[in-house]
Amino acid sequence: MNKIPDTHYLNCKKGIKSWLTTVDHKRIGILYLFSIMFFFFVGGMFAVLLRLELLTPNELYISSDTYNQFFTLHGAIMIFLFIIPAIPAILGNFVLPIMIGAKDVAFPRLNLASWYIYIVGALFAVFSLVSGGVDTGWTFYTPYSTTTTTSVISITLGAFILGFSSIFTGLNFIVTVHKLRSPGMTWFKMPLFVWGMYATALIQVLATPVLGITLALLIMERLIGIGIFDPAMGGDPVLFQHFFWFYSHPAVYIMILPGMAIISEMITAHSHKKIFGYKAIAYSSLGIAFASFIVWGHHMFTSGQSELAAMIFSFLTFFVAIPSGIKVFNWVATLYKGSIAFTTPMLYTLAFLFLFSIGGLTGIFLGALSVDIHLHDTYFIVAHFHYVMVGGTVIAFLGGLHHWWPKMWGRMYNETLAKISCGLIFVGFNMTFFTQFIMGANGMPRRYHLYDEMYRPFHAFSTYGSMVMAVGFFLMAYYLIRSLYNGKPAGNNPWGALTYEWAVSSPPPEHNFDDIPITDHGPYDYDKVVAKSTLTEN
Amino acid sequence: MTQNTHTNEPHILPLSLYLGIGAILIGLTVVTVYVSFIHFGAFNLLIAMLIATVKASLVAMYFMHLKYDNKLYMVFFLSALFFLATFIVITMFDTLRRGDIYEIKSGAIRDAVIYDKLSVDTVQGIADSLSVSTDTTDVVIDSSK
Repeated sequence: MNKIPDTHYLNCKKGIKSWLTTVDHKRIGILYLFSIMFFFFVGGMFAVLLRLELLTPNELYISSDTYNQFFTLHGAIMIFLFIIPAIPAILGNFVLPIMIGAKDVAFPRLNLASWYIYIVGALFAVFSLVSGGVDTGWTFYTPYSTTTTTSVISITLGAFILGFSSIFTGLNFIVTVHKLRSPGMTWFKMPLFVWGMYATALIQVLATPVLGITLALLIMERLIGIGIFDPAMGGDPVLFQHFFWFYSHPAVYIMILPGMAIISEMITAHSHKKIFGYKAIAYSSLGIAFASFIVWGHHMFTSGQSELAAMIFSFLTFFVAIPSGIKVFNWVATLYKGSIAFTTPMLYTLAFLFLFSIGGLTGIFLGALSVDIHLHDTYFIVAHFHYVMVGGTVIAFLGGLHHWWPKMWGRMYNETLAKISCGLIFVGFNMTFFTQFIMGANGMPRRYHLYDEMYRPFHAFSTYGSMVMAVGFFLMAYYLIRSLYNGKPAGNNPWGALTYEWAVSSPPPEHNFDDIPITDHGPYDYDKVVAKSTLTEN
Repeated sequence: MTQNTHTNEPHILPLSLYLGIGAILIGLTVVTVYVSFIHFGAFNLLIAMLIATVKASLVAMYFMHLKYDNKLYMVFFLSALFFLATFIVITMFDTLRRGDIYEIKSGAIRDAVIYDKLSVDTVQGIADSLSVSTDTTDVVIDSSK
C-alpha cells in the first residue's frame, strides 16, 4: 500500500506567509496553478456566455456593444492570463528542475517575482474589465484601438506587465537548463519536456520585448498622439500589425511548444516504450522556434501589405509544417508496438494527436495565399485557432495536469470520472468547433453578433457542444478538488516512468533530492531499464 | 554544473587598453563629424552607420568584456541583433513595396484551359473502357458554370 511521506514540500512550512514568500519552485508552481486556473474559469465563462448569445441569429440577452466586449475579454484573458503562462509557469515550474536533477531553478527569487508581476498584470486586466471593458478584440488593431473610448490603456498595460512575468520565467529556464543539470545529464539525455521548455523560453525572451514596445507605442499614440500608426501624421496602421504579429506569431508557439513537450513525455511514459526519434523531436522544437520568427505576415494577407511580402510570407509559412509533421509522425511511431495503457493522460495524448493534426493541417490551407483570401475573418479561422490552441495546447495541458497531479499532491484522482470528463471535453470540443469549419467555409464572418438565418443550425449545434464541454470541465474541477482530500495515495511512480521526478517521493521533499542524482540511463530507456516500482504492481 | 563556469573569474585588463579604446572611440567620433560635411549621396547613412557599428562593437567587446566571456554570451548578444534585423528587413519587403502589383507574365496560368467540354470522342472512349453504354449527350460537362 502506498503511503504519503510525513514531510514534503506542501507541509514542511505552514501559514499563508510561508506561501507568499516561498522561493520553492514547486510551491510557486502551485501558486500559479490556482491563479491561472481562476482566470481560465473567468475566460471560460465568457466563452459560454458568447455561445449562449449566438444560439439565435438575433439579439438574445446582450447588446452588440456588450458582445464586442465579451469576445475581447474572452480572447485577452485566455491568451495573456491563461494559455501563455499555463504550461511553463505551472507544470514547467513544478517539474523542470526535478527532471534535470536540480534542487531549484537558477534564480528562485526571480521566479517568485514573476508570480507577483503576473498578479499585478492580472489586476490591470481586471480593472479594465470593471471600468467599462474593452471592445477591440485581443489583437488591439489600430486605428480602432487608438480611437475607441473603452479601457484600452489599462488592458494593454496589463499585457505589457504580464510580458515581464513571461520573460522572467523564460530567462530562468534558459539559465537553469544551461547551468543546473545534474552530472551525467548531457543535452541529449534531457527529457524532451525540458527541450520543449527550452525552445519556448528562447521565444519568450526574444519575442516578448517586441510586444512590450508595440503596446508602449499604442499607449503613447493614445495618450500623446505620437502618430506612428496614424496616416494623417505620416504613420502607418499596418505597421502596428507588423509589430503585433512579430510577437504574437511566435507567441502561438510559446503556447503550442510546451503542449508538444508534454505530449512527448506522456506518449512514451504511458506506452512504456522508448521515444521514437529523440533527436528529431528535440531539434524540431528548435526548428519551430526559429521558423516562428519569419512567418508573421501570414496574419496580414488581406491587410494591404505589399504583394511581394504576402508571397514571401506564404512561402515561408509552409516551412512550419515540416518540424510539426516530424513530431506527429514520431509520436505515432512511438505508439507502434508499445504496451499502451489507456490511462487518462494517454487518452488526452490521443485526443491531442487527432485534434492537433486537424488544427495544423487547416493552418496549411490558411497559409496558401489564394485560399486565405476566401477564408480570412470567417469562422474557419476561429475553428483553426481553437483546434490548435484548445485541441492542442489545452488538451496537452490537461493531460499533463493529470500526468503530474499524483506527483504534485501525492494522491490519485478518480480514473473513471477522469475518463468520462475527457470524453465529454473531446466530444463537446468537436461539436463546438468542427461546425465552425463548415460555417466559416460557407462564409460566416467571425466576431459578428447578429447573423443570417442560414447559419442558425450550425450556431445552435456549436452552442450545444460548448455546453457539453463545460459539463466536462466542471466534472474535472469536482474530481480534482475531491482528490486532494480523499484520493488514494499515489506512490512515487504510478505510471512506471523513468524521468527523475518519478524517482522522488510524491509529493516531493522540500529540496527535491537528498543527494544529487547521477544519470546512468536515458530518460526513455524502457527497453533497458525495467521500471521496478509500480509497473509490476499494476 | 556540467559546463565550464570560468566566466565568474574577473578579467583584469591593463588600463592602457581601456585608454586606447577610449581614444579610438573619440577618434571615430571626430571622423563621424568630419564625414558628415562631405556628401556621399546615398552612402551618407551607410557610412555613418558603419562607423557607429564599429564603435558599438568596441564598447561591447572591451568595455563590456564580451570578448573575454563565454562564447555563449556572444551568441545570445548577436542573436538579439539578428532577430531585430530580421524584423526590420522583412517588414521592409512590405513598406518599400506597398502598392506594387505584379502581373503574372508567364503564360502557364493565363493560357491554361481549365474549363473545357470533353469532346464526344473522349467521353465515348471513357465509356467504352468502362464497358458502359451511354448516350454521350448526357455526359457533356457544362462549361458555362
